[in-house]
Amino acid sequence: MRADLLALLPELVLATLGMVVLLAGLASRTKRQDALGGWTILALAATAVALWLAATSTDPAARLFSGMFALDHFAVFFKALFLLSSALVVLLSLDYLKRNDARPGEYNALILFATVGMMTMASGTSLATIYVGLELMALSTYVLAGYFRREVKSHEAATKYFVLGAMSSGILLYGLSLIYGTTGTLDLAALARSVGEGRASAATLVGVALLACGFLFKVAAVPFHVWTPDVYEGAPTPITAFMSVGPKAAAFAIFLRVFVGGLGPLEGQWRWLVGGAAALTMIWGNIAALTQDNVKRMLAYSSIAHAGYALVGLVAGGQAGTQSVLFYMLVYTVTNLGAFGFVIMLESREYAGETVQDYAGLARKHPLAAFGMLLFMLSLGGIPPTAGFMGKLYLFAAAVNAGYVALVVLAVLMSAVSLYYYFRIVLQMYLREGQDAEPAALVAAPWTERVIWACGAAVLVIGVLPAPFLAAAKATVGVLGLR
Amino acid sequence: MGFAINLLNVICYVPLLGAFVIIFLLKQEQSKAIKVVATVVAGVDFLLSVPLWFVYDPAGPAFQLTYVHEWIPAVGAKYHVGVDGISVLLILLTTLLGFIAVYSSFSAITHRQKEYYVFLLLLQTGMLGVFISLDFILFYLFWEAMLVPMYFLIGIWGGPRKLYAAIKFFLYTLVGSVLMLVGILALYFYNSTGLKAIGLPGLGNAPTFDVTELFKIAPQIPAGLQFWVFLAFFVGFAIKVPMFPFHTWLPDAHVEAPTAGSVILAGVLLKMGTYGFIRFSLPLLPDASRQAVGWMGLLAIIGIVYGGLVAMAQKDMKKLVAYSSVSHLGFVMLGMFALNPQGLTGSVIQMINHGLSTGGLFLLVGIIYERRHTRMIADYGGLAKVMPVYAMLFMIITMASIGLPTLNGFVGEFTILVGAFNYKVWWAVIAATGIVIGAAYMLWMYQRAFFGEITHAENKTLRDVNLREQWTLIPLVVLCFWIGLYPKPFFRILEPSIQRVVEAVHPDYLNRPVAQLPVAPPTGRGQEQ
Repeated sequence: MRADLLALLPELVLATLGMVVLLAGLASRTKRQDALGGWTILALAATAVALWLAATSTDPAARLFSGMFALDHFAVFFKALFLLSSALVVLLSLDYLKRNDARPGEYNALILFATVGMMTMASGTSLATIYVGLELMALSTYVLAGYFRREVKSHEAATKYFVLGAMSSGILLYGLSLIYGTTGTLDLAALARSVGEGRASAATLVGVALLACGFLFKVAAVPFHVWTPDVYEGAPTPITAFMSVGPKAAAFAIFLRVFVGGLGPLEGQWRWLVGGAAALTMIWGNIAALTQDNVKRMLAYSSIAHAGYALVGLVAGGQAGTQSVLFYMLVYTVTNLGAFGFVIMLESREYAGETVQDYAGLARKHPLAAFGMLLFMLSLGGIPPTAGFMGKLYLFAAAVNAGYVALVVLAVLMSAVSLYYYFRIVLQMYLREGQDAEPAALVAAPWTERVIWACGAAVLVIGVLPAPFLAAAKATVGVLGLR
Repeated sequence: MGFAINLLNVICYVPLLGAFVIIFLLKQEQSKAIKVVATVVAGVDFLLSVPLWFVYDPAGPAFQLTYVHEWIPAVGAKYHVGVDGISVLLILLTTLLGFIAVYSSFSAITHRQKEYYVFLLLLQTGMLGVFISLDFILFYLFWEAMLVPMYFLIGIWGGPRKLYAAIKFFLYTLVGSVLMLVGILALYFYNSTGLKAIGLPGLGNAPTFDVTELFKIAPQIPAGLQFWVFLAFFVGFAIKVPMFPFHTWLPDAHVEAPTAGSVILAGVLLKMGTYGFIRFSLPLLPDASRQAVGWMGLLAIIGIVYGGLVAMAQKDMKKLVAYSSVSHLGFVMLGMFALNPQGLTGSVIQMINHGLSTGGLFLLVGIIYERRHTRMIADYGGLAKVMPVYAMLFMIITMASIGLPTLNGFVGEFTILVGAFNYKVWWAVIAATGIVIGAAYMLWMYQRAFFGEITHAENKTLRDVNLREQWTLIPLVVLCFWIGLYPKPFFRILEPSIQRVVEAVHPDYLNRPVAQLPVAPPTGRGQEQ
């Protein structure tokens, strides 16, 4: 029992501190609210320490709480990634909240609760644990999407997200119940044994298909993506940034754990489904992004497209595929948070400064920040020497190795297409000059700027010297029960 | 420490360092200092590359001055650089044209100078990196990274349709190179673990992207895989060259780019495509290369004739030179896919020649454009009277481009035609008409622009070339004469490398009972004995 609780320490610490932040936000007066952001960062840092403690003293192979929870390398990798992305999002929100007169107490607390949910998902080795984590994350995110109560767009985003999200949870639950009903277990290892003996009934397969639909909704893959652009556009921008990295990476974590791990023996059955979704996602995400004038919508479609690339790694499966998805999530997190950081800096108040034209001439006025944005756009497009290139290289290499050459050809062609819309922003920043557009002013946002620099540096470092980061992803070898 | 004393690394990264100096130490307003730093850096880089000519030993191992270091052990990518005879010449061409491009921009570029010189220097590092890389991932990294500065050079300092031209250039080349990446991955996995789902077992070697390692397995690669990889490489390289159906980005990019951009684009970037064929496609995929000969020859010949005919119809000088590039690169490809020593040698020599003469032509057009802000041939006429020195330089470079004996173009085209003749007589016959067409459009342009009466009053007061402009052209003229009169050192430096390519792609060739024309002057090796 003690070992069980020790492994759960990071979640316990973070949940407790989340409540402290919530109460402190309620109790403190308006003037002292600034400090709450600092406390939130401290809470995440404390959780990181707890994670380190728990990871070093827990047997990675152990299944805790009667097989419902594991703290293997896979989980640790994702938890560290979630802590990193949440911390960056909190930093991005500091200036933003102040600018928009929003109360940071509940906001930061909700981010922490969502993080607890994501961390639980990454560790779940039973479908029940995974579902509980998922709902905790989802509920917190619904509220965050609608945090600007007076803003109609924010309202709309939250409502759409909630209704569609609830429906997808329903589909997911239905799939879970079918699987549980036909195999008699929610435990992934037992499930793998059960379906591995070739006794998967038709009802199980229907359950697997429904489960796949639920997960595809969570990662925003076509045809379950329709909520994404509206929600991304309407939510407060730091929350959009958060949704595009944290919950998405968490969804990929459970996708990998359930499908490559637990349902691995059925891969012949689900591969064509997920592979088809990957192809559709890459095609539609990239093509729809071409015509978007609103940068947040464009980044929403771009994040759909990136889910498609990551699904290619999932389809490739095996150790190489799993590692490549992990590495890609890291790459995508730093890149996308940086890009959203720039969007946040540009938004002087609420939803101003969101169209592509608002970026005209920024390179002259803010050369450093614009250079950061250039790096992020190159990285999203997969151009070396940025992290995005290494991420895609590793993903596509895994898929070619597994023999999915056609899917990879589609993926590389689509990433060439994607450069067109990423470069629309670059074009505005660098190629348009003062005469036909007065450069919009970037608001002074010191913390946002620091996040951009940190992400920009990370994008370059991972792009040029990816070895240690690949090694971290590689340390997860074998934890999903892969041969 | 080893990294910093390797000559190739130094040559490759000096421009990058220069770019950092300009970014961090100089302000936009210090335009003079920026120009001086950029010129000095590019000049020093050229001087640093000159020793390559002497250090590289044609009789030595295939790749020299190599430097290997672990880079991404997880996938087996190494930092591996090295040069053979082909890359030595191309590096020298790159550093020379890089210097000239910087030096020629002083008066042409008047706004956003800091960024301009930074991008030029970054481009320089990218191009040099392509020519020294002996690891596929490293090669690919430079190959694509280089697109970004070129995009900005066209897009910021280009002509009226610069935005269209810049993104067209970028996307065209990108589509080609991403497919090339898939080809690289297929080779990589064939060498190691195989491609599981399509049932292709691998050779089981340690995974590596090292080109020299992959050369060793070239004969074992099954013909089917070779075909697909060749196709993937072909798309990447042929767009860059550009070969006939893929050439449409080139006139746009050339015409809209600033002068220095055109010089680099024509002089070096196009060579990256032909270099890709000779470095990777031929030795790695010998069977597929031999099978593709007919098609490649056909496309090359179409390029030669079509490019020439379209050039003849142009009213804009820069567009004319751009289409002439399509024709000249057709010659390069024709010689290469004759797959014999003469053709391949001529092909590399012609790469250098084209860099010198077309680079020179773009410089010359740029000089007159700065004065009159028009490139229409019809706006000139009688220039020889007001700008005698300019007219003389233009004449020499024109003759070099046409292939007049005593100048470099003749040596390259003649060698290529011998190679083509050895392979198929009618190839040489049709290609030779390309030379006639070339003479026609170049001389016709020259005649209209330089001879006759001065029909436009504005042209009466044109200044002749100044000293700086002369100095951008003199090195090119000297080299044109050098290669034209005494090409032996160039042949000598190329011979063993070409020999290796032929051995790889056409192992039986050297045993064929055919009389060979002694195109290359008696080799150094023979004389020494």
